[in-house]
Amino acid sequence: MTGVASSNLVLTLYLVSAVLFIVGLKGLTRIRTARRGNIISSLAMLIAIVATLIDLGTFSPTWIIAGVVIGGAIGAIVAVRVQMTAIPEMVALFNGCGGGASALVALSVIWFALFEKQQDAGVALLSKADAVTTMLSVFIGALTLTGSVVAFLKLRGWISGQPILIPGRHVLNGLLILGSLGITAYFVMNATDPSQMSLLTLVVCGLSLVLGIFLVIPIGGADMPVVISLLNSYSGLAACATGFVLSNNVLIISGALVGASGLILTQIMCKAMNRSLANVLFGGFGAEETTPGGGADARDYGPVRSYSAEEAAMVLESASSVIVVPGYGLAVAQAQHAVRELGDLLEKQDVDVKYAIHPVAGRMPGHMNVLLAESDVPYEQLHEMDQINPEFRNTDVVLVVGANDVVNPAASKDSASPIYGMPILEVHNASSVIVIKRSLSPGFAGIKNELFEYDNTMMLFDDAKKALQGLVAELKEAAG
Amino acid sequence: MTGALLVGIYVFVLAMFVGFEIITKIPPTLHTPLMSGANAVSGVTIVGAIIAAQSGSTSISSLLGLAAIIFATVNVVGGFLVTDRMLKMFGQKKKKAAK
Repeated sequence: MTGVASSNLVLTLYLVSAVLFIVGLKGLTRIRTARRGNIISSLAMLIAIVATLIDLGTFSPTWIIAGVVIGGAIGAIVAVRVQMTAIPEMVALFNGCGGGASALVALSVIWFALFEKQQDAGVALLSKADAVTTMLSVFIGALTLTGSVVAFLKLRGWISGQPILIPGRHVLNGLLILGSLGITAYFVMNATDPSQMSLLTLVVCGLSLVLGIFLVIPIGGADMPVVISLLNSYSGLAACATGFVLSNNVLIISGALVGASGLILTQIMCKAMNRSLANVLFGGFGAEETTPGGGADARDYGPVRSYSAEEAAMVLESASSVIVVPGYGLAVAQAQHAVRELGDLLEKQDVDVKYAIHPVAGRMPGHMNVLLAESDVPYEQLHEMDQINPEFRNTDVVLVVGANDVVNPAASKDSASPIYGMPILEVHNASSVIVIKRSLSPGFAGIKNELFEYDNTMMLFDDAKKALQGLVAELKEAAG
Repeated sequence: MTGALLVGIYVFVLAMFVGFEIITKIPPTLHTPLMSGANAVSGVTIVGAIIAAQSGSTSISSLLGLAAIIFATVNVVGGFLVTDRMLKMFGQKKKKAAK
C-alpha cells in the first residue's frame, strides 16, 4: 500500500510527531502554557509532513506546492481577519474542511486502486480491510463536511437558526445509514468490477453528504455548542479513518486525540443543558408542537418594569457588588469591549465586579471566555456556574447581558417546564437584577422567562452594546 | 493487512485514553482554543492528501489529492493561527494582572 512508512528515520519522525501532538495538547491544560502548547502542536504537524515527504522520496511537487499555497493563503486570511464573535462559525467551517479532506483522500485512494494502479492478475483490487476503512473514511468525512457547512450557515444566520424539522426525518436518516452500511457490506464482500465499485463508492459518498445535512438541519441555534463539539469529534475520527486507510499511526493518534476532545466537550455541553446527546440530536428542541408555551412573546408577560439607562445607572451606582452574566446577545452585539468599560468604571468606584459564565452561554464551549479575554477582562474575575451560584444571594446587582434561558428560574422551580432540571445561574437570588435585552422575545427554548416579571428585576430594552455604552455615559456623568 | 488493522486499533484505543486523560483536565476557559486547536490537528489528514497528490499528474486520484491538500491546509493553517490569536489575548491579561 502506498502509505506504509518504510525507513526507520521516517518511523522515528512519526513517533516524535505523535509525542509532540500529545505534549502540545497537554500545554492547553494551563493558560500559562497554552500558547506554547499550540506552537508545539503546529511543530508536530510540520514534522509529520516532512516525514511524509522523506518517505515518498521521489515525488512531483506541483500539486503539493499549489495546494499548500492556495489552502494556506485562504486559511491565513480567514484566521487573521475573523472577528472573535465569529469564532464558532469559523471553527464549524474548518471542521468541514478537515472532514472534506479526509473524504477526498479516501476517494483518491480508491480511484488509484481501481483504475490507475499496475494490476497483478488474480490479486484483489482492494483488500477487505482496506475496503472497510476507505469506505468508513468517505462516510465520516463527507458527513462532517456537509454537517459543518449547515452548522456554519446557521451560525452565520444565512439559514434560520430555528430547528427545521423534515417530516419523517428519523426514518429517512435511518434509511440513509442502513443504505450506506448495506452498500459498504456489498462493496467489501462481493464487488470486483472497478466501474461498479467506483459507482458504489460515489453512492455512499452521496448518501453521507445528504445525511450530514439532515442530521444538523433540525438542530436549533442554541444547541450549536453540542453540534460543533460533535462535528469536531467527527473531523478527528475522519482523520483517524484516513490513518487506517494509509496504515499511518500519526494520523490515527492525532485523529483519536481530536475525537476524544470533541466527545468530552459534547458531554460537558449536554450535561450543562441537562439533556442527553440523543435528545439534542433527535429532539428538534424548541420547535416541538407539544412544547408548553412554545413561541412565547410579549403578550404572555404580566407587567414588567422597564427602566431607562439613567435609572439603571443609579441602581448600579449604589451597588457595592455586581455580577455580570453575559450571553449570546453580547456576542451578537459585539458588546465585549463595552462590558469591560463598564466593569472598569464600576471597579474604579470600589464596586466588586465579577462575571458569571454558564457553560452553554454563547454558541460554542468557552465562547464567552474568549470574548471577555479579547476585551482584557482579567480572568480572575470570570467564575464558573457552580462556583458563583452561592454568591448571588449576597450580591447587590446582577447585570444580565443578552442571556435568557440560562437564567430562567423555571428550570429549577417549574417541573412542567421543558427546561426543568437544566442547571442555571441563580441570578434571581440577588437583591436586584438588571436585564439588558432587545425585547421580551424568548430564547431558543421558546418559553417565557418569569425572571423578567419578578419584583427585583429591571428590564433595560436595548441592543447590548448601546445599553452598556448608555450606562457607561450615565455613570461618567454622575461621577462628574 | 488484517494484522496492520489490528495494530491500528490498538494505537487508536490507547490514543483515545490519552486524549480523555488530558482533555478532562483542560479548564473551561480554554475550551474554545482547545476546540480550534484540536480542529487544526484534525487537518493532519494533509499527510494522506500529500501521498494522494504525489504523482502531480492529471489523473483523477492526483486531482482529488490536490483538492484534499487545499482543504486540509485551510484547516491546519487557519486553525493554528486563529488559536494562537486567541491564546495571545489570554496571555496579555496575565501580564496585566501581574503588574
